[in-house]
Amino acid sequence: MLLSEKKKEKMVITGNHAVAYAVKLSRVKVISAYPITPQTSIVEKLSEFVEKGELDASIIKVESEHSALAAVYGAAIAGARSFTATSSHGLLYMHEWVHWFSRARIPTVMAVVTRTIGPPWNIWPDHSDFIDQRDAGWIMSFAMDNQEVVDLVIQAFKIGEDPSVYLPVMIGLEGFILGGTAMPVELPFEEDVAKFLGERRQPYSVADSVVSVGNLTSPEDTELMQMDIQAAMERSKEIIRKVDEEYGRLFGRKYGGLTSCYRCEDAKYVAFTMGAWSGDAMEAVDILRNQGIDVGLVRIRYVRPFPSEEIKQALSSARMGIVFDRSISFGGYGQLFEDIASAIVNAREKATIVNVIAGLGGVNITAEDFANVLGKLISDFEEGKELSHKLWYHSGEVMKY
Amino acid sequence: MGNYKKYVLPGDAACPGCPIPIGLKVVSSATDGKAILVIPACCTSVVVGSAPKSSLNMPVVHVPFASAASVASGIREALLKRNKEDMSVIVWAGDGGTADIGMASLSGAAERNSDIIYIMYDNEAYMNTGIQRSSSTPEGAWTTTTPILGKTEQKKDVAKIMMSHNVPYVATASIAYPHDFYNKLTRALKIKGFRFIQLHSPCPVGWRFDASLTVDVAKAAVETGMWILYEYRDGKLEFSNPSKYLIEHNGFKPIEDYLKLQGRFSIIGRERIKELYAERDRNIEWFKKLL
Repeated sequence: MLLSEKKKEKMVITGNHAVAYAVKLSRVKVISAYPITPQTSIVEKLSEFVEKGELDASIIKVESEHSALAAVYGAAIAGARSFTATSSHGLLYMHEWVHWFSRARIPTVMAVVTRTIGPPWNIWPDHSDFIDQRDAGWIMSFAMDNQEVVDLVIQAFKIGEDPSVYLPVMIGLEGFILGGTAMPVELPFEEDVAKFLGERRQPYSVADSVVSVGNLTSPEDTELMQMDIQAAMERSKEIIRKVDEEYGRLFGRKYGGLTSCYRCEDAKYVAFTMGAWSGDAMEAVDILRNQGIDVGLVRIRYVRPFPSEEIKQALSSARMGIVFDRSISFGGYGQLFEDIASAIVNAREKATIVNVIAGLGGVNITAEDFANVLGKLISDFEEGKELSHKLWYHSGEVMKY
Repeated sequence: MGNYKKYVLPGDAACPGCPIPIGLKVVSSATDGKAILVIPACCTSVVVGSAPKSSLNMPVVHVPFASAASVASGIREALLKRNKEDMSVIVWAGDGGTADIGMASLSGAAERNSDIIYIMYDNEAYMNTGIQRSSSTPEGAWTTTTPILGKTEQKKDVAKIMMSHNVPYVATASIAYPHDFYNKLTRALKIKGFRFIQLHSPCPVGWRFDASLTVDVAKAAVETGMWILYEYRDGKLEFSNPSKYLIEHNGFKPIEDYLKLQGRFSIIGRERIKELYAERDRNIEWFKKLL
């Protein structure tokens, strides 16, 4: 039995503090971050832990987010478990390093407290900053509530440091909605987390061997290295599922792996969401089920690696999928929609899928909003009306984009 | 000097006459290889050769342009947490990665007094991308982005900027005086905190001189007072030999002796040369106040 027999610790904390506690429980050795709204209270809380002596870590107080991820890279490449957190423009400023990190195959963990991108200045959350990192080689998970924040952060170290993976991991949580809102959270005991995570593992360390990292190489070797990243991403799917199972066994919470399913087993209509508004979407599912509509929800927990198999399965017997994106690739589609469409492109029986963009710039979307949109699209579909697959929900109206 | 041959291997990808391997030989012998080198985008990214081989038999971390000092800070903190304090962390960066795009991270690491050594090898332009002007290019010098007029602005004095950070150690060095550079590194290695050394490194390709003359050009810079060798510790400056002797005896050679060795100053006019004399003298007077 790995779990302590002691009573588990429960606290009412914000999503940001949930991140900080999970980082403390994971015994991170080096932290570097730059303050940005709405991330700031993570690095403040961690500074408090370190200054009180509750966490034996160095905090490198850098002059920018670009330097924050660079410093974390230095620490990680020299063998220390490391962490950073950021938001919005800070994440965009780091973007060069986001790529550099994953291509060096060095695991670390970063929390992204999501916030829309300016201009105009706006501190409210959508998924634009997070999803903008989609192609950079990080494993990317997204939380629905503060409990999941704790669990995802701890699991992120285990997944990224797995020898069949060796990739950095980022965890998304929406600013203010989760980041600044307190909820009851159960924290595992530090000793249990230590046993669960084990010692830091990484493919190489410049502090332990004469190794040259990142030097010039041939086009052929560069391509091979990128093929390796793709292979590691594919392998990580199994690791993510296994870690979810093991965590569930040890700590009592498992989520379903790369996706989480809500009343979707027999669903003829499947909604897809990611993040905190999934809770509102679940309420909408309940409302519609009470009206006799067979609707379910698939929540995307991991954007990378993308859960193509789970999506394909969820849509194999459904008539229609409705994909809610809280970000958009201007001139294209919502990014989740693009990935979901790609996942079923070769399926023999194809469900109709439509994309609904909503909640950009932090616009609040309630359970009633979800129920209205889903109800309308489903009845239009059943009546045989021609549906646009590019829809935008704004001020209570569904319009084409 | 220690045995650099164990660490700087033959067969690098440097241009003929390149000052970089000279500097790296001094660095590796002074540290006896017990250092992790952090190298941002610069000529050295190419000079050390193509993976899977490397001409540097030391741990090397190549990093993108703007953040060598930050990466070095991270490595240092990891070493502290892992009780591996016998390793030094040394940034080896060009003037572009230091004086320009890397300035914020350099300043940040200095302000934090991060326990690293930062060596700026100063070849006075962006040589890796093909001789474009940097803020460290001297006034009057031809580059591909100052093709007709030569550089119209002064050279940014990074060592002076680093002195203003009140870090424990700032020094200048020259690849023409390897023992002086070696001694400075040896002293810097014994100090804790942020240490900065600016190493004057003439580039035959970019400065337009024959590849056999690298050391002569570097020496001429010191002999004409266009490059001053000194150390700055605890608020006090000390001129290093031979700059000390030249300053005390007013024994500088004419600045023209330095300029005429290089094609990059062929477009410089007489008026500008006069200004260079005045600037050199003002510079020396400024440093004398710190003695």
